[in-house]
Amino acid sequence: MTPQTVDVLVIGGGATGAAALYDLARRGVRALLVEQNDFTTGTSGRYHGLLHSGGRYAVRDPETAQECIAENTILRRITPFAIEDTGGLFVATLDDPADFPAQWVTGCAAAGIPTEQLTPEQARAQEPALTPNITAVYRVPDASVDSFDLIHGFIAAARTYGCKTLIYHRVTQLIHEGDTIVGARLEDTRTGATRIIHAACILNAAGPWVSVIAGLAGIAVEVKFDRGAMIAMNMRWVNTIVNRLRPAADGDILVPVGAVCVLGTTSVMTDHPDDYRIEPWEVSKILNEAEAVVPGIRYGRALRAWAGVRPLYESPAAHHNDTAGRAVMRTFSVLDHAALHGVRGLVTVVGGKLTTCRLMAEQTVDVVCQQIGVTAPCTTAREVLPGATTRYHRLDQRLHRLEHGETPGELICECEMVTRPQIEQAIAAYGDQPVALDDLRRDLRIGMGPCQGGFCSYRAAAILQEVKGHSALETNRAFAAFVRERYQGVRPLLWGHQLRQFYLDELIYRRTLGLDWLTGDYDPHENVYAEGDHD
Amino acid sequence: MTDNAQHLIDLTAFTADHCLKCNICTAACPVASITPLFPGPKTVGPQAQRMRLPGAPSPDHSIDYCSGCGICTLVCPHGVRVMEINTQAKAQMTATHGISLRNWFLSRNERWGRLGTPFAPLINFGLRLWLARWFAEKAVKISARAPLPRWAGYTFRGWWKKQVRQHPRPAPASDAQRVVYFHGCSTNTYEPHIGKLAVAVLEHLGLYVEIPPQTCCGLPAQSNGDFKAARRYARKNIAFLVDYARRGIPIVGTSASCMTAIKGDYQHVLGLDDPDAQLVAEHTYDFMEFLAKLHREGKLPTDFHPIERELPYHAPCQLKAHGMGRPALDVLDLIPGLRCWEIDADCCGIAGTYGFKAEKRAIAETVGKPIAEQVEAASAEVVVCDTETCRWQITSLTNATTIHPVELVAQAYGLTVDRYTPPVTARQM
Ligand SMILES: Cc1cc2nc3c(=O)[nH]c(=O)nc-3n(C[C@H](O)[C@H](O)[C@H](O)COP(=O)(O)OP(=O)(O)OC[C@H]3O[C@@H](n4cnc5c(N)ncnc54)[C@H](O)[C@@H]3O)c2cc1C
Ligand code: SF4
Ligand code: SF4
Repeated sequence: MTPQTVDVLVIGGGATGAAALYDLARRGVRALLVEQNDFTTGTSGRYHGLLHSGGRYAVRDPETAQECIAENTILRRITPFAIEDTGGLFVATLDDPADFPAQWVTGCAAAGIPTEQLTPEQARAQEPALTPNITAVYRVPDASVDSFDLIHGFIAAARTYGCKTLIYHRVTQLIHEGDTIVGARLEDTRTGATRIIHAACILNAAGPWVSVIAGLAGIAVEVKFDRGAMIAMNMRWVNTIVNRLRPAADGDILVPVGAVCVLGTTSVMTDHPDDYRIEPWEVSKILNEAEAVVPGIRYGRALRAWAGVRPLYESPAAHHNDTAGRAVMRTFSVLDHAALHGVRGLVTVVGGKLTTCRLMAEQTVDVVCQQIGVTAPCTTAREVLPGATTRYHRLDQRLHRLEHGETPGELICECEMVTRPQIEQAIAAYGDQPVALDDLRRDLRIGMGPCQGGFCSYRAAAILQEVKGHSALETNRAFAAFVRERYQGVRPLLWGHQLRQFYLDELIYRRTLGLDWLTGDYDPHENVYAEGDHD
Repeated sequence: MTDNAQHLIDLTAFTADHCLKCNICTAACPVASITPLFPGPKTVGPQAQRMRLPGAPSPDHSIDYCSGCGICTLVCPHGVRVMEINTQAKAQMTATHGISLRNWFLSRNERWGRLGTPFAPLINFGLRLWLARWFAEKAVKISARAPLPRWAGYTFRGWWKKQVRQHPRPAPASDAQRVVYFHGCSTNTYEPHIGKLAVAVLEHLGLYVEIPPQTCCGLPAQSNGDFKAARRYARKNIAFLVDYARRGIPIVGTSASCMTAIKGDYQHVLGLDDPDAQLVAEHTYDFMEFLAKLHREGKLPTDFHPIERELPYHAPCQLKAHGMGRPALDVLDLIPGLRCWEIDADCCGIAGTYGFKAEKRAIAETVGKPIAEQVEAASAEVVVCDTETCRWQITSLTNATTIHPVELVAQAYGLTVDRYTPPVTARQM
């Protein structure tokens, strides 16, 4: 294949990479974004869902707090389609340090975060689920943000300027010419085919994997990995984001997103970026902490658990003895490897928050533009993203549209209200690219409701087969892969409701449909659902 | 959150959490299988519930076709209060879009019953005119084929007042001999004989009957989404009844649907789960349930005269919702010679006021068809059923006479009341 040439190659289809692509696009740079999986499959698809007001960092990390409130305001303006303005509460209970609220209020004021004190009664009138043991409560401008929508918004906007993207392609090699990186070798993760892209500069936005990319250029970037787990509850226990008003700790935050309420997180240091383990103590911890703020929530239905990895970076210049996850600042760093390591053509961005992705993109693209001689300034904060379409930023919208005949056709995913024509359209949007059921999940939310794919997986698999003309075996494998992926998220939560649901799903898939046989890799000693989970 | 629910998880809306999507409710719903206009209990119930934002305008539409029969709640193996979720969503819809004149009218049956009484002959005549019914259908969308009651021309309460005045009763020695009778609107204005027989049976059992002031149970308003009115009715009734409940006096009623409202809906649908509401609920019994309970306790005299008949019995949905089995059948089984068999059908279709609505009449008739077929196949002329609107519906579907089980009990005890001919003796086999 003949090498392709672009001005800038962006590595990483998370929030940072997507925002960077859009920023480059607006500065008139011809850029290509490459992502090894689908968009939003890295940290950005495994995060908590909170558009921070900055309140969480007001005491310990004023710089991040300021960045958050500034970017919170900007994102509300430029990506309203991805944001539900739930507002946020900071709640102190009898168990929390009594002197903290005063420090926190001062910190917020210094960072420019507006706070409004409520009486416990006012807070409970707004959120009846809250504990009666409230000692102090404040309102802040938190919001919930859908990262799928946000990233798709940035990508769609960048495309209107002619920028391109390539998903399911991994950067496996960087091409050097002396001390300069001039391009990258990409591998198609589904077919194994390779191709070369030449670029004047590469923007490394690979999230927790930035050091792998830097390593390809022979540069060591010391990243610490901080794993965090989250649990989605089946119902919206609260309709406002609820933060614990105490020094940041595990299980502090409840975020209503879409139809669910996400509890989290934990902070566990780990040694690699793909560590998505969730340990039983994390599940108990998160539920117990939530219980202290919302009594009864422990007995509710936990739908799915997942973990993400925060890449924490402290420049060697900064000086710190404390190495635990929460003590490391949550701000970000832009590494100009030309200045730092004498390697031109590569700029890395690391750390930060989803809330600050636009700012991270702006500062990184500034360095990139300087290297490639582009002087156009950043203009991404100015206006609503062009070309972005809303999917579902209001909870009741799907139901309303379904009920009023705006989304006709058979209902395929009943929990998330996805119809057959919607699935067919989503498949068509991939053109002749391969499509996995999990891609459709990210596009439409199929399989993300209470039954976790129990009733839609086989229907969606059949539609995929019809539209794509796959063989039966291909279809069954795709179907089994989806069921397995859904199972992964339920596994840490197999008690009560979700255990009952799992049993029903298991009866459907393994006992009735004989999924293990259908995929052609049935082995009586191998267990499709409980991979490696049996003695 | 209401006072008594400790956590959100105790509330009706949160029972959606338990749904496994098994579709058992969808398979059992009498409406979903008949019309494509209604996607079924699972869809509009627990599934849609996750998408409803508290306080936001209602996103719903098709839920209007849920009849509120409660079969879904009854069959759900996981404790999802589907009908209750649906009814609350309907109320939100009414709050968003306002109540139609027709639904408002149907919600206030209590008022029309009272106001119509003095004009009974005129109204009874007028309402049976083809032209009047045609006009009612066109103008207010009340089906011309819907079964209508007849005004008795006097009220049960009026009769009772006179009765008490003319035959003063000695006060009982203890509260254990007292019982409260809740007659409901229909007995008061359309079928006073049922109340009179109920009183006769209770007195025959040696009980001192009290009939405190009471108003509509609120169910018609509730099922038409008018929660404000329904709660008003409910609060009044609770206030009228709570003193008796506090003294441990049982409250019994002959309308199985009114009794469901007081026993369950006040708490689970209207959200009135304060201690008073709970106390009243705990002391409330369906009439036949009360007799069956007395029987279990060995307190029901069984010196019944034989009634040599075989009669079909229909258990109304609202009665099934009590979750107490079929007390009417248990008690009627004690009457020598009488064999009541249960019609194999979930719902007669009327579901309170549902089957009166023009756009739903055809659905209501199709739902009730199995009843008509079985009654016809058995050539039965009398059908037994515990709830008034179901009785009217069955009459309209079959031409059979419909009676409340208390009528058979009274007859077997040899009790009768003035202006009443027992429908069964007249045609004894
Ligand atoms: C548990 C947890 C909770 C969080 N909660 C919040 C929150 O509530 N609010 C908030 O603002 N922030 C939150 N964050 C932080 C936020 O998620 C991240 O800052 C943000 O998602 C980072 O986005 P990114 O684009 O930099 O990285 P990612 O989303 O990880 O994107 C990097 C992408 O690069 C791709 N990639 C890697 N290597 C290659 C390669 N060789 N070739 C091609 N592609 C490659 C990966 O597949 C990945 O998609 C949370 C983080 C965690 C871990
Ligand atoms: S209440 Fe009756 S009509 Fe309504 S959904 Fe349930 S079963 Fe169907
Ligand atoms: S509401 Fe109950 S019966 Fe209906 S699908 Fe859910 S679990 Fe099954």
